[in-house]
Formats: sequence, structure tokens, C-alpha cells
Amino acid sequence: MADAAVPLDAGAETTVNRPSLLKRILFNNLPAKIAALPMMVTVLVVFVGCTIWTIYYSFTNSKLLPTGKFVGFDQYERLFATSRWNVSVTNLIAYGAMSLVFTLVVGFILAVLIDQKIRFESAFRTIMLYPFALSFIVTGLVWQWIMNPTLGLQTTLRNLGWTNFSFDWIANPRMVLFALLIAGLWHGTGFCMVLMLAGLRGVDEEIWKAARIDGIPTWRTYVSIVLPMMRGVLVTALVIIGSGIVRLYDLVVALTNGGPGISSEVPAKYVFNYMFSGGNIGQGLAGATMMLLTVVIIMVPWAYLEFGGKGRRT
Amino acid sequence: MQNSVSIRDLSLNFGSVKVLEHLDLEIAQGEFIVLLGPSGCGKSTLLNCIAGLLDISDGQIFIGGRNVTWLEPKDRGIGMVFQSYALYPQMTVERNLSFGLRVAGMKKDEVEKRVARAAEILQIQPLLERKPANLSGGQRQRVAIGRALVRDVDVFLFDEPLSNLDAKLRSDLRVEIKRLHHRLKNTMIYVTHDQIEALTLADRIAVMKNGVIQQLADPHTIYNRPVNLYVAGFIGSPQMNMFTGTLSDSTFTTEDGIVIPVETYAFDTPATGSTAAVLGVRPEHIVLGDETAGMPFTIDVEIEIVEPMGSDTLAWTKIGGQAITFRCDSDVVIATGHKVRIGFDPARGSIFSAETTNRL
Repeated sequence: MADAAVPLDAGAETTVNRPSLLKRILFNNLPAKIAALPMMVTVLVVFVGCTIWTIYYSFTNSKLLPTGKFVGFDQYERLFATSRWNVSVTNLIAYGAMSLVFTLVVGFILAVLIDQKIRFESAFRTIMLYPFALSFIVTGLVWQWIMNPTLGLQTTLRNLGWTNFSFDWIANPRMVLFALLIAGLWHGTGFCMVLMLAGLRGVDEEIWKAARIDGIPTWRTYVSIVLPMMRGVLVTALVIIGSGIVRLYDLVVALTNGGPGISSEVPAKYVFNYMFSGGNIGQGLAGATMMLLTVVIIMVPWAYLEFGGKGRRT
Repeated sequence: MQNSVSIRDLSLNFGSVKVLEHLDLEIAQGEFIVLLGPSGCGKSTLLNCIAGLLDISDGQIFIGGRNVTWLEPKDRGIGMVFQSYALYPQMTVERNLSFGLRVAGMKKDEVEKRVARAAEILQIQPLLERKPANLSGGQRQRVAIGRALVRDVDVFLFDEPLSNLDAKLRSDLRVEIKRLHHRLKNTMIYVTHDQIEALTLADRIAVMKNGVIQQLADPHTIYNRPVNLYVAGFIGSPQMNMFTGTLSDSTFTTEDGIVIPVETYAFDTPATGSTAAVLGVRPEHIVLGDETAGMPFTIDVEIEIVEPMGSDTLAWTKIGGQAITFRCDSDVVIATGHKVRIGFDPARGSIFSAETTNRL
């Protein structure tokens, strides 16, 4: 990078002849800046603006309208004293961990299987990817019917003669999260598989030949050589799956509506309910802020590692 | 002496497509064999068969006296170097060299010893802690050779190892591979489409076309006594000048009626009667000016184009209707439009039957 430093020094000497820094920032490449303006405004107003708005009003006692007065951390104290919120958070952590691990592992294994030069590969790919084309609402409804003890699989098999067959996870407070997980995996693994497959296809065939000559077993080649090469794909998959977990809402609404009782509540549903049907905006926004905080706590160290010191990335 | 690699009656089919057919090849211990041919001639396929990366349809492969036809690549006693280097990108050079040995469960100090030896031979000790992304193309290829070296094998296979390098590096590494061969004295099988690499490196060259070895001989023979028109045309740059015409007794008559006496030519198969034939003469065997004295064939021609190459000069002209090139010293002053006398001795040329394309 020594050569990069030279023009910087040279630039410092010639700034006298150039337009001022402010002018350059404003007017260099003007058309490009005009084209980017709508997006910049959107980001500033919608993302940054609304985030600040959310955080601000989470410190007020707003009820139906965001007009309340400042009450400090009252809303947060109430939030963490509410068992519904605490169950929501626990559920999300449990669901999120399992969903992340299973989606990645199952997606990768499916991709490896598809990558074995099988016949009808595109047909399998389409079948696997198909659930992803459905909305969470449809997925939730379909699985609600399948798992409903009086309508779906359980009744069908009992009517066929297997009278003591039991599959009532959806109505069982201790198992309902796994019911949610089944629907979530059915929806998401296909997409993960396609991403992974693209990553596998990006690996040069000669790498495989070299590994065979070196006598490295196939599983070892995948684990030690191919997976590390797929880093970019893994990060992409992680971000997509992770954001899907945090905003988990519609699947729960369609599949269990938080039930039985509050045993499958999730934070996003808590926030939505308080803001739009519970008439307690302050409480909803406090929940939303906590969700944001969690994401930030996870993302910042990672982003620092990933994009931090560029020199350290070798 | 026992042959290092011996391929007997090897055939390979992909479905109904015959890629290699009844191919035999015997390679002596310590020999440097180059498989040369255009893309799609089956040379890389043959190498992959020897390596065990492709299952053959028929025939047998022996390496070091062992029948390895159905052995896994790692058990065949081979090391292989690939065109794309095929280094493991997330591992350091040291790990790249040692990974295969470690997976095989070799003792740590033995692994270290072998890596150190390979690094010393290839002079890559300063690079051991780096990752492949931080190496130049030439350095990467050396590491790839090192990975074959640590396996301590009898036979090295090279699959177009220099094709991804620029011209300068290519000639440097070419010399280095030759040096390596002199030092290690391993059997080496080297696939390339570059005839310069083939001619400079090989003890023997196998010129291939459509899955068949056309000629297997030392570079001098390949260059000077090609067995057929294909080999004659493929080897040599610029291409050999080819005259089509008729051969009767000891004279060759071109299509334009120019008579070239060929008494000096040593026929493999004595010509009988009058046959359609092709006479090939290499550009550097055509001489100019005073040197033509005593040549069996001389003619006056007009220069059409001159290409100075630095070390020598290429000139384009016509004999009859046939465009020909000849090579002369770069100090000779010739220019477009000059009338010069050129000549050659057919003894240094090659005569092929137009019918069978084989050498006569």
C-alpha cells in the first residue's frame, strides 16, 4: 500500500488549485448524486428517522397516539416484568438457534447430495425451492391443517387404523416450538440449499482432483477445503436466515397465533399487538427497541471483525 | 530395465464416444515424456486415466511394476500438478504442502522433514506462512509442484502447468522444471499444447490427435523426421512449407510444374512409379544468396513480406503458386520486392504420400 500513500501526499500540495472540499463533495459527479438522492432520503427518513422516533417514544407513556410525556425507563421495567414478553424472547432464542443450525446443516447436506451429478437435478432443485415461493401465511395455514390433531395427519392415520398414533405438537405447549420449526425449515431450507449449491459449484474441479490425489476423504474435503472456500455464501445465508428469524411474525400468526396460551409468542408479535391492537404504543416501541438492541449487539462485533482492519484480512 | 509407467491397450469411452482407443505407451524410469496435441486430442484425458481420476473402459495401467488399474489415485504413487494450481485457498503454503500427509496420519516430524525438503528444493521457504491469494502465479505453481514433491512419489504428472502464466514466467519455470527433473530423476509425464515446452523439456514427445498417438520419439526426430503430415504441420512455427505435387523416380514435380530433384532424400519406403506426394521443407532449411551454391534445388523469387523477429528474419515469397516462408539471419538485408535466389536440399525435408499422409 506504499504506492497508495504517494498520491495522497501529492494531493495535499495541490489542493490550493482545486475547488474546496465542500464543493467537491457536493458537485463532483453531480448526476450520480442526483440519482442516488431518493435512496439517500429514504434511508435517512425511513430507516434512521423512524429508528430515532421509535427509540424516543419508547421512553414516553404514549397510549393510543404517540403523544405521551417522558417517563424514563418505565416502559422497559414493565416490559421485563411481563411474562408474555419474557416467554417471547425465550421462544425466539430457542427457535432461532435451532432454525439457524438446522437450516444451514440441512441446506448444506441437501446441496451436497444434489451436487453428486444426479439425474433430474433441476427438478429436485425446483421442488426444494418451491416452499420459498409461498408466503409465511400460506405456509403457516398449510402446516396448521396438517398438524391440527382433529383434521390433519393424526386423524388421518387414526382413521386408517393406527389408533394410538399421536401428533399433537401444535396443541402441546412444550412441543409447539418444534411445530413452528418444522414449518420454518420446510419453508427456508430449499433457499439455503440453492445458495449452498451455487457455492459448491464455484469450487474448481481441479481442487477436487488435487484432494483425491492427496488421498483426502470426501467428507474431509468438504469440511476442511470446500466449506472454508464458501465463506461468502455462508455469510449471505447467515444474514438472510438471521433476519428471517428476528422478524418471525406471520408464520406464528398463521400457524398458532401465539398459542396454546402464550407458549409460542415471539417478540415481533408482542410489538405488533401492543402497537396496533393493544393501544399501548409506548410499550410496543420499547419491545421494538429491545429487538433493535439485540440485533445491534450481535451485528456490531461481527461487522467489526468482517470490515474492521482491512490489513488484517489475509 | 523395468518400465516406470506402462499403459497397455487402454481404451476410454464416454457413452458411445471413444475418447481413447487401444493406446499403448511404455515410459522408462526417469524419463520425461510430453504428451503434445491440440485441445480435445485426449492428452489430458490420458493423464487423468494414469492418475486414476477417470475410470478407464478397457486395458491396464502399470506404475513401477504394479498393476494400478483399479487403485485409488492416492495409492498409485503419483503426484500431480494442475493448470489452475488447485491450491487449497484457505490454508497457508505450509498447510497446503502438509495437509495430505497429515490426513494420512503421518508422524509430525516426518511431515516437517518432507515439507522442509520440498521448500528447500523449490526455494519457497519464505512463503510458507502465506496464503495462496498472496502469491504470484509462478510462486503458486511452485507450491503446487511442492505438494506433489512431499508425497515422495515415483511419477510426476503435469497437466498444462504453465498455461496460466505469462510468457516470461513460463520460460523461467520451464527451465526450473527441467532442473527439477535433472535433480530428482523422477519419471515425469507432462501434458501441454505448447510445442516449445514439449521440444525443450521432453526426452520423448508423444504427439496426439483424436485420442491416438501419432508419433512417439525424441524431440529431434519429431522435428526433423515427422512420420506423417499431421505431425509435420503441428510441430514447428512458422509451419513447414508444403508443396503438393507428383513424385516419380527421383524428381518431385509441383502442381505448377516446377521440378525439384530429390535424389539426396533418404526414403523410408522406396518410391515406385509415379505417386501423388507432398514435399515439406522447414523455413530454416531454405538458404539464400551465395549459400545456395551446391543446393540440389535453387530458384529466383521475389520477396513479398519481411518479418524481422529480432534474432532472425522471416520472409514470405512464392514458388510457383505456393506461398512459402523462409528464415534468414537478421543481418541479411532484404526487403519487399527484392529479387533473390533461394535454394534447399530435399534431404533435410520430408516427403509424404498424399494418399496415406505417411512419410515416404
